[in-house]
Amino acid sequence: MFFASNSVPTPEIVWWALLPVIVLAVSGVLLLTISSLLKKEISWLAPGISLTAGIFVLLSSIPMWNRIQNDGPISFLNNSVGTDSSTIFLTSLIAIALISTSILARPYLSREGIPDLEFYVLLLLSAAGGVVMAGANDLIVLFLGIEILSIAVYVLVALHLRKIESQEASIKYFLLGAFSSAFLLYGIALVYGAVGTTNLVEIRNFLATSLLIEDGMLMIGFALMLVGLGFKVAVFPFHAWTPDAYQGAPTPVVIWMAAGVKVAGFAAILRVFPLTFASYVNDWQIPLAVLSGLSVVFGSVVAVVQTNVKRMLAYSSIAHAGFILIGVQSSNMDGTSAVLFYLGVYTFLASGSFAIATVVGGEGDSNHDLDAYKGLAKRKPALAALFTILLLGQAGIPFTGGFIAKLGVISSAVDTKYYFLAGVAMLSAAIAAYVYLRILMAMYSDNNEGKIEDIHVSKGVWVVTSLSSIVVIVTGFIPGPFVEITRDAVPILVGG
Amino acid sequence: MDNLLDSWGLTVATFSPLVGALVMFLIPKEKEYEHKIIALITSLWVAFVGLMLLIWFDLDATEKLQYVVDKSWIDAIHSRYVVGLDGISLPLLLLTVLIVPLCIVYSWNHFPDPKNPKTFLILILVLETGMIGTFVAQDMVLFFVFFEVVLLPMFFMIAVWGGPNRKYASLKFFLYTLFGSALMLVSFLSLFFLTGAESFVFSEIADNVVANAVSRTAQLWIFGGMFLGFGIKVPMFPFHTWLPDAHTEAPTVGSVILAAVLLKLGTYGFVRIAIPLLPDAAVEWAPWIGLLAVIGIIYGAFCCLAQTDMKRLIAFSSVAHMGFVMLGISTLTDFGINAAIMGMVAHGLITGMLFFLAGSMKERYHTLEIKRLGGLLVQAPKMGWVLGFCAMASLGLPGLAGFWGEFPAILSAYNPANGLPVEIFRTFMVIAALGTVLAAGYLLWLLQRSAFGTPKEEFAEDPNIHDATKTEWVAWAPLLALILAIGIYPNLVFRATDAAVDASLTPCLTIDVDELTHEEIESVHCSEVYGLGNHDSDHHTASKG
Repeated sequence: MFFASNSVPTPEIVWWALLPVIVLAVSGVLLLTISSLLKKEISWLAPGISLTAGIFVLLSSIPMWNRIQNDGPISFLNNSVGTDSSTIFLTSLIAIALISTSILARPYLSREGIPDLEFYVLLLLSAAGGVVMAGANDLIVLFLGIEILSIAVYVLVALHLRKIESQEASIKYFLLGAFSSAFLLYGIALVYGAVGTTNLVEIRNFLATSLLIEDGMLMIGFALMLVGLGFKVAVFPFHAWTPDAYQGAPTPVVIWMAAGVKVAGFAAILRVFPLTFASYVNDWQIPLAVLSGLSVVFGSVVAVVQTNVKRMLAYSSIAHAGFILIGVQSSNMDGTSAVLFYLGVYTFLASGSFAIATVVGGEGDSNHDLDAYKGLAKRKPALAALFTILLLGQAGIPFTGGFIAKLGVISSAVDTKYYFLAGVAMLSAAIAAYVYLRILMAMYSDNNEGKIEDIHVSKGVWVVTSLSSIVVIVTGFIPGPFVEITRDAVPILVGG
Repeated sequence: MDNLLDSWGLTVATFSPLVGALVMFLIPKEKEYEHKIIALITSLWVAFVGLMLLIWFDLDATEKLQYVVDKSWIDAIHSRYVVGLDGISLPLLLLTVLIVPLCIVYSWNHFPDPKNPKTFLILILVLETGMIGTFVAQDMVLFFVFFEVVLLPMFFMIAVWGGPNRKYASLKFFLYTLFGSALMLVSFLSLFFLTGAESFVFSEIADNVVANAVSRTAQLWIFGGMFLGFGIKVPMFPFHTWLPDAHTEAPTVGSVILAAVLLKLGTYGFVRIAIPLLPDAAVEWAPWIGLLAVIGIIYGAFCCLAQTDMKRLIAFSSVAHMGFVMLGISTLTDFGINAAIMGMVAHGLITGMLFFLAGSMKERYHTLEIKRLGGLLVQAPKMGWVLGFCAMASLGLPGLAGFWGEFPAILSAYNPANGLPVEIFRTFMVIAALGTVLAAGYLLWLLQRSAFGTPKEEFAEDPNIHDATKTEWVAWAPLLALILAIGIYPNLVFRATDAAVDASLTPCLTIDVDELTHEEIESVHCSEVYGLGNHDSDHHTASKG
């Protein structure tokens, strides 16, 4: 390479591949700037920009996908950012989570009297962080993405200013999150110490070709990174924040946490463990398997004894994270594509389910007791029918996408001869099914004591829940094409 | 017509109910009459398709899968949409398509509380899809999907339209079956990956189990998983406790479908999947299955004797009768499994009928407490006779269908398949035979207490107690006629099943050691579990000497 003697060499940048991050981050900043300059508040501005950005990212992923499929994955910025099919797939999931959160937040925020500008700005920034994670080719970039994502969410959780639970949840989430970030960073440092680079591709190549005589530092690095990333996706035993944060946070934020943050977290886990640490699979596979099994069991069992629906869904999200991790630990093509399929279905399941919780929660966002759902089928039959589909999807009943998702991860566990894990996970799924049935039975019971007279279902809720239900049904009946997409979307590391 | 049936017959039969349900879903629930008509027409249409399938079925080749459709479904997980019908599935399919319209007719004017015919009928139709699908599926994942689909409608039927203790009963039913099928799915997946088969299609898996020599231990574990899945559904003895609760609380039609078809999904699973695919493991499990079956027979019978509620009594009699079916299956012989399928059909018809009767009596007396019943023959003589007829059929009176399920099953235990301990099975046979005596005991006692004598004071003048109505006759007549017809001419069922059952069993189980030479037996290549090597080497040296 020859450079003019007086110019500083700058790394190559593939601008089109960075478009999603740029769009999200810029619209966040722009929104902040514009609205501070405006004299009069425009109520549709913030949700409008957020929604537009989400839809733009979602639509732009189609040409990007085609391009990557044709020309292969690329890496740029000194190989610190990569764009492969998985990046685009996960980015579009994040965009979907962003869109549904934006739609649902508007009526919620005006009902609760929460200023909406900050909400959308933080949401957009958080989404930008998630997209950075999905394309990280370097541990430092990965960490940057996680921090951008998380710090925005810490504030979002606290946004319900008049609600003490919201503040409490935020403090808990923030403290534990800060710890977990420290763990992650320390893990990254140890891995760097062991291999001498933070670039994922270089780490992979180094580990594949060299034999470490003393690999203790690397192992501790793995473990600490697992702690840090496990916290983000709420895997047992790093789940402790989840129920409180989910219960206390404003419900639209919970949608974002359950769908968007989880997708981004698993994007990071997929890039780090099965891809970068591929040659050390024997060392991290068993811990991952154990954690996934424990998450599934713990989430399912503890969800049974809850009486608050938001908490139930929080624990069930721990179980779902466990299921997804089962696919990760199998560390092969089928398992990874099952993970992506699961994440796709779960994005819709979580958006739809929590959308309904937003509605039933009512004024003050506090009416999340199981009793509040009693007689919902009488008052709002269509809403109850949609919730039924979503809950059955979460339970993994056949002819829903949830079934195909569970089938995929379980079969990847069996494929790697983790029979015990597969059995335990399936039994826990049966227990978890009971949780969803409890909600269902409450909805269809006659008892009309619950305060559901004043339920107001906004158009946005209808849109999100019915679209989610349609996706859940369609992926259940004709899973073939969708599974094919996730197989094409299996991540690959290039560059270096 | 022929071609149309070939490529579409089974698919239409499976999914028509779902289409009907979808149409009903779109009609507002106030239009009750329209709902009933649509449900009835749908189920009659399915029955008609079933009839056509029977007429065009080649009864000379029942061992061959007919009307096979093989289409790609989820390529990525190697699951295919493969459906087919052979002599084993045919009778059960026909039983299903018969029972469903009868149930709809029966519930025509008396839907259990809280009414809502729309949802009730939709659930019945979804159930029908699941049941038919299970009987025709030839792919493990497809089978599992249909097997599970059945669960939810039945759960809701019990949970919403059930008796006072419905929540407990429905959850118990749901959780038990879900636990079983959870392990079953893991078994299916393990089998698939261990055999390295190209797809989940039964025949493909079966070929690969032999070709790739799946280890003995793995086979035993996999069979164990399937055993739990199917055994809970049957239900076999230690897992039976959900059944009496579910039956007692379920609405009449729910009980009928549960008894007539749902329980058969479990036994059918053994006959269709577990035994043909894993014969070696089946041989080692069979004595235990036989033991549990016999315990079920005796335990079920004693429980019947102790019951004070008529519906609960019939439920426990199901445990006993399914014990006979499982005993027949556990012999792993052509004879025993034929008897078992006959037992399934007979039990479906008879117990279904008994639950119809129990439902009708409950409607008249508002109780099924046997103590308070009595004198049915005085107040409703025709119903009384029907009850007598069904009780006789259920206790296995020769000339009625029940006999052909029970008697050959007992007899088959005299001579179990190669590799099974003969003495133990003969002991089972003796104990099972005692079970028939107990069956006669509890059924006749039930009949005596409920139908004979004079009506109890509280009901003596009750105008509510009248004889069977027209709709009841319409729902019952086909069942009664079939109980009699099969009783007189059991070949109606055996004609279909015999060749198919024979083909589903590996020759190792069925070859007659006394008639073949040592070389001929050697040429079949059986593993040592069948005990062929040792047994006949003595035999042949003796005969040669």
